[in-house]
Amino acid sequence: MEFETVIGLEVHVQLSTNSKMFCNASAAYGGEPNEYIDPVTLGLPGALPVANKRAVEFAIMLGLATNSEIRRFNRFARKHYFYPDLPKGYQISQFDEPICERGSVEFYMGETKRTIGLKRIHMEEDAGKNIHDSRTQASLVDLNRAGVPLLEVVSEPELRSPAEAAAYLRSVRQLVRYLGVSDGNMEEGSLRCDANISLRPVGQLKFGTRTEIKNLNSFKFVERALEYEVARQMALLKNGQEITQETLLFDSVSGTTRPMRSKEESADYRYFPDPDLPPVVVEESWVREVESTLPKLPSKWIHDLVSEYGLSLYDATVLTGEKAAVEFFNEVVAACSNAKAACNWVTSELFGSLNKEGLEIEKSPISAKALGELISMVDSDALSGKMAKSVFEEMFSTGKDAATVVAEKGLKQISDDDSILAIIKREFDANPKQLAGYLGGNERLHGFFVGQVMKATEGAANPKKVNDLIKQEAERRKG
Amino acid sequence: MSDLASLSVSEIRSGLDAKKFSCAELTKACLDKAERLSSLNCFTLLTPEHALKEAYAIDALIKQGKSAPLLGVPVGIKDVICTEGVRTTAASKILGNFVPPYDATVVRRLKTAGAVSIGKLNMDEFAMGSSNENSAFGPVKNPWNPEYVPGGSSGGSAAAVAARICPITLGTDTGGSIRQPAAFCGIVGLKPTYGRVSRYGVIAYASSLDQVGGFAHNVKDCALVTQAICGEDPNDATSAKRAVPDFTKALGRDIKGLRIGIPKEYFVSGLSPEVSEATRKAISVLEGLGATTVEVSLPHTDVAVSVYYILAPAEASSNLSRYDGIRYGHRAEGQLDLKSIYSKSRSEGFGKEVQRRILVGTYVLSAGYFDAFYVKAQKVRSLIVKDFTDAFASKCDLIVAPTTPTPPFKLGEKSSDPIQMYLNDIFTIPVNLAGLPGMVVPCGMSPSGLPIGLQLIGRPWDEETLFSVASAYEGATEWHKKAPALAA
Repeated sequence: MEFETVIGLEVHVQLSTNSKMFCNASAAYGGEPNEYIDPVTLGLPGALPVANKRAVEFAIMLGLATNSEIRRFNRFARKHYFYPDLPKGYQISQFDEPICERGSVEFYMGETKRTIGLKRIHMEEDAGKNIHDSRTQASLVDLNRAGVPLLEVVSEPELRSPAEAAAYLRSVRQLVRYLGVSDGNMEEGSLRCDANISLRPVGQLKFGTRTEIKNLNSFKFVERALEYEVARQMALLKNGQEITQETLLFDSVSGTTRPMRSKEESADYRYFPDPDLPPVVVEESWVREVESTLPKLPSKWIHDLVSEYGLSLYDATVLTGEKAAVEFFNEVVAACSNAKAACNWVTSELFGSLNKEGLEIEKSPISAKALGELISMVDSDALSGKMAKSVFEEMFSTGKDAATVVAEKGLKQISDDDSILAIIKREFDANPKQLAGYLGGNERLHGFFVGQVMKATEGAANPKKVNDLIKQEAERRKG
Repeated sequence: MSDLASLSVSEIRSGLDAKKFSCAELTKACLDKAERLSSLNCFTLLTPEHALKEAYAIDALIKQGKSAPLLGVPVGIKDVICTEGVRTTAASKILGNFVPPYDATVVRRLKTAGAVSIGKLNMDEFAMGSSNENSAFGPVKNPWNPEYVPGGSSGGSAAAVAARICPITLGTDTGGSIRQPAAFCGIVGLKPTYGRVSRYGVIAYASSLDQVGGFAHNVKDCALVTQAICGEDPNDATSAKRAVPDFTKALGRDIKGLRIGIPKEYFVSGLSPEVSEATRKAISVLEGLGATTVEVSLPHTDVAVSVYYILAPAEASSNLSRYDGIRYGHRAEGQLDLKSIYSKSRSEGFGKEVQRRILVGTYVLSAGYFDAFYVKAQKVRSLIVKDFTDAFASKCDLIVAPTTPTPPFKLGEKSSDPIQMYLNDIFTIPVNLAGLPGMVVPCGMSPSGLPIGLQLIGRPWDEETLFSVASAYEGATEWHKKAPALAA
């Protein structure tokens, strides 16, 4: 029997607001333990939460970017459980009335566009961290993270493979980074993921029994954990065994999943509306105001790059990985009007050099305008492609613009016919044997002479002209 | 010199300004009286050092000619309200020696107005109770007769004012915890409209019902302390963005033609004859002052106590989750695993009544019971709100009613029967459920010499009418002048 994989993801996105979800303490990452705390974060007696307007705005932004329905009256609910990293004994979250519902996320698997439905996006606060100090055998609590705003993005169970789940997660990350609502940093926990997974016979509508894998904190782990779980469930089902509905943890060292202690999952959270927080009313005018601040999103960029600039879907996908990259590319095009060349330069030379130096594109030593100018020089035959590459390297290491580098190095392309012809004649005369062969019809020797001329000019000769003039001179000599 | 501790706010202000006595002398007099009457057990903590330091600073300000509404006026703060650097316990063992690093907004506002806090007032643990017998610090005694309860939960706040230890105190009222002790102690008390006063720094019992208010010997002093604490607070999302009127301007206003609603459901069997008679006499006085009376119906009165004892414990069970022994307060001793730290610390730290309400609240919020209890109670709550809205919409400008079914009861009399205890709040609870302002003024004495209080219930945000009617009534009667013998 063939089985179909059914996956749904719950992604926690930590928002990059200055202050926490319900108080003025800093929401920064890191810090000395318990540096970013105040009476509200500590859950001191008498402390009260006040909702962070910016965090609500971020939720509206992600809602708009995913075509979600935005709820007008938003209530916060308390979710109760005891744990030392949860100071109040409850987490303020949203329960049956999330701020966003019925949205979707688009991405490409190769050439195929996938649209994955979103059940909901809701606002909540993060918990702190428990740290076990093995030296003193003590459990320590750091509440810096407690109260940092989160959005929980819950997909429909529409993902059909571990690779697709990872691609979906990447596109959620891409989206929140475009919007500037989160840095999406999985290592720092700004993006965290739980995965629900089940198998069912192909053609069957009813879902199979699912398991949930908690706390997947890298793209690689999401894929590996799901692959392991697919194989595990498949083996059980093929053996005629049943899947137990349970919550699992992924052990990245062994590459396997194992059940969490059942105690940790069977909880009655006793949700009820938080009486300290009046409903947050999201007026239509507020939504429109937020909408006007949205940047151009990846799906729109990809569409434009393919249909207006004639780029391949692959190139468009590579360029739109980061908002800063596609915006850089767009500026390059504005400066040189050659989208394909701009794409090549940005995705190969620039990305390669940035990668080698470990730099973000925002820190590129070559500005978009300067790169555009360099491309224009090639397009106007002022520089050969080969020369341009060495100019690029110089620009990258010095930050100088193309014209300056060209002038300093005297790297002007030789394009006038007379100069090039003079060199060709010289090379013909210096290599009589090869010339005889070439004139006798050995076309391979054409390349030999091109090489000789380029060598003689240290690559400065316009290759197209060299090509043409060699043929012209050969014809003359034959005739 | 007469007993400084017995002076009203106006007498204190004019005495200080005229340099008849200093703030330090006054503060010492109040502290001394508190010591002398320590058997009443009004305070969980007296703070003479803090108080005198502040008093000396205020004397310096007065010398410079500074003035403020409560400048130099000694106050007491219910121990459920956080005071920076001063132990705050909610009269519970679970808070241990908790010292807040911050002042509640109401405390900050009292300080800004110039008041001097002499200490923290005893109460029912976490403000849960109607007799002040549920305190980890022991019960408060009624100054009129120490065999009787002062009411609760703000028993210390009421008793300290009645015993003339200080002129004004702060209390909180979730189901009657200001009004019932004010009635039992023969003083004035006001629970403002929900949202009028910030709850920031007030240890939560039931967040949708809790409200801070003041106790005083007379209506004017009550207006002054209320004025000082009201107003929007950015730290409390439930505090209202509304301008606060000048309450003293409402004092002495003519009440002629005001329509007073008398809720028929409040005058039923179970209301003791002495309370009934005192209330009816008070109503006649108001009629004599030109007010008209009309019978109104609040048909859901009989289910208010049930609704309250679902919603308040539900919120309490959640609000009290933070007392887990991890970050502050009491933690059970010994090498314990996490679950035992929670269960032992909480079992040891919370008193019996608090545990009862946590259990009830946890139950009504549990899966499978939530709709039948919590959701249903919220629906009935909205019917109770509507009862008042309807009455105020067409029939009356305020409602006058008894505060409690009976005069004060004896210590121990009801403590073994929680239902009897809960029913004592039958006339005060609906006001909290509807979020209305409620005021109590003394209106009589029982045959055994214990006070009876009249309850005035206003439209939302209309504390002014309550002050007008209360001051008119006070002007026509002598009850507010009576003080317990031991206060002399």
